[in-house]
Amino acid sequence: MKRILKSLMAFTLAVSMILGLAGCQGEKRPQLKVYNWGDYIDYSVIDEFEEKYNIDVIYDEFATNEEMYAKIKAGADDYDILIPSDYTIKRMIDEDMLHKIDFNNIPNYKYIDDRFKNLAFDPNNEYSVPYMWGTVGILYNKNMVKETVDSWKILWDDKYSKQILMLDSLRDSIGITLKMLGYSLNTKDDEELEEAKEMLIKQKPLVLAYVGDEVKDKMIGGEAALAVVWSGDAVYMKRENSDLEYVVPKEGSNIWFDSIVIPKTSQNKKEAELFINFLCDPEIAYRNTDYIGYSTPNKEALKLLPEEVTSDKTAYPDESILADCEVFEDLADSLVKYDRIWTEVKAQ
Amino acid sequence: MKKHLMAYPYALWMLIFTIIPLALILVYSVITIDDAGIHFTLDHFRRVFEPIYLAVFWRSIKIATISTIICLILGYPMAMILASKNLSKKSILVVLFVIPMWMNFLARTYAWMTLLERNGLIATIIGYFGIQLPSLLYTENTVILGMVYNFLPFMVLPVYSVLVKIDKAVLEAAEDLGATPFIVFRRVIFPLSLPGVSSGIIMVFMPALTTFVISRLLGGAHFTLIGNLIEQQFLTTMDWGFGSALSVVLMLIIILSMGFAMRYEKENQGGGLW
Repeated sequence: MKRILKSLMAFTLAVSMILGLAGCQGEKRPQLKVYNWGDYIDYSVIDEFEEKYNIDVIYDEFATNEEMYAKIKAGADDYDILIPSDYTIKRMIDEDMLHKIDFNNIPNYKYIDDRFKNLAFDPNNEYSVPYMWGTVGILYNKNMVKETVDSWKILWDDKYSKQILMLDSLRDSIGITLKMLGYSLNTKDDEELEEAKEMLIKQKPLVLAYVGDEVKDKMIGGEAALAVVWSGDAVYMKRENSDLEYVVPKEGSNIWFDSIVIPKTSQNKKEAELFINFLCDPEIAYRNTDYIGYSTPNKEALKLLPEEVTSDKTAYPDESILADCEVFEDLADSLVKYDRIWTEVKAQ
Repeated sequence: MKKHLMAYPYALWMLIFTIIPLALILVYSVITIDDAGIHFTLDHFRRVFEPIYLAVFWRSIKIATISTIICLILGYPMAMILASKNLSKKSILVVLFVIPMWMNFLARTYAWMTLLERNGLIATIIGYFGIQLPSLLYTENTVILGMVYNFLPFMVLPVYSVLVKIDKAVLEAAEDLGATPFIVFRRVIFPLSLPGVSSGIIMVFMPALTTFVISRLLGGAHFTLIGNLIEQQFLTTMDWGFGSALSVVLMLIIILSMGFAMRYEKENQGGGLW
């Protein structure tokens, strides 16, 4: 008996080894290298894509546009898919770093809402397909702020001295100040920028801190009354603390997009387009949106989302508010002016 | 000959990770790249000496100096206690002192944030006694506190390692010749410990001058230090030329301050860095 068992085991082992080898010897599956923001996809979507198209996906994550850009620019990696934000895409287009996408291969592109096509950073929509979008606005604690919040001006109100959190990000902080003053947040006009600088210096004594990701802990913990945040983070914070409310001020704000692009380093453009098309599939886009919590540009996916999500003004604000929102443009040489203003504000 | 060969891996390491990067920074600081090509320029350095940037340098040097002095005042007696011959459990004390350094520096700084914030531990405990504290977080003093906390071991350990090596016979001789304990300290112990003090000062002053994390987390980014400015140039503005020029000036400041400390390094007793 023991002997039979032994030989049976040996047989099983041998068979599994042969099968294993056979698996390796089978034709090499094509590879697709994807570089996306951290925690910015429903990971089961990747598995499904691999299975459906018999393609291996190598998936890496980055934390900032700048980090991603530096890595691609250095040319060390041959990614096939990137998902950067608007102004970075503009810069990459200008520097001839992106492939034009063959939209014949992306039939699901028709599900993207027309509002999100031909955006300023890619005016003829040749290089990018929108993945997620959102706004910048004010998150406030209803227990600490009793009045209606509808204007950026509340961030300059003495009443909330040392209870205001600003973003430690020069584009966002100078941008909302320009919006409050009624200017474009992409302005290159020296006088308008000078005015924004004066306002930021005036605001500084009221600001508790200029923060990055810590804003989430601070607002959930009730450390401050008002904060400038991104809408996606606002959805998360509201879920954690029901006293929090998010609003896009009436003066308008920044609206941002993370879009899918194919860098020139790509060796597998066909597979990359297959992947983009897959992400635009309503069911897949719905699953990603449900997982991430940001706003989807896919109008069919939107219909699949539950009513309480789509009626939440945090993620899906009214059309009228969006009309006054602007996309960040690549400032090119004028970025130095913004940098100088921000340094002057912070060096006070 | 053998010794010579064994130095090659390290020499290669130095070349790749120290010399080449340094050379690159030097090159970036004096060139500008446009469509026409690469040009030599001193504009980046000219910009460093504009008032707003000088103000940032001045603030960084001031905060780093204050932190270093506090570290010295707190650390020197600590090193003496650790080194005193009467202490039987000395090694345990030394280990206790070093243990916090095993934890990641960022995690320790985050811990201070939760201790000091408005609804944090310290404010809550003091609040029980009916005392309303002013904001503890996000002031210049909080930044100094963070620096002292993080860099104190770098002061204590070099001073300690020099103090334990002082020949006890020398101290006994001084006492035999009638010196009071204070005179022994002033005329014998302190002068002998100077190499340790000077490396301690360098080891605290350098990271305090260049840090950008402490000022961001504990200072609420209210206070741009030179480290923040350099980080901003490389990551946000993409102005590598200006960022490199700032780095070069910063390195010069550090080399100068090291030069001061180096005067004592000749009679190095083992606590020194170089």
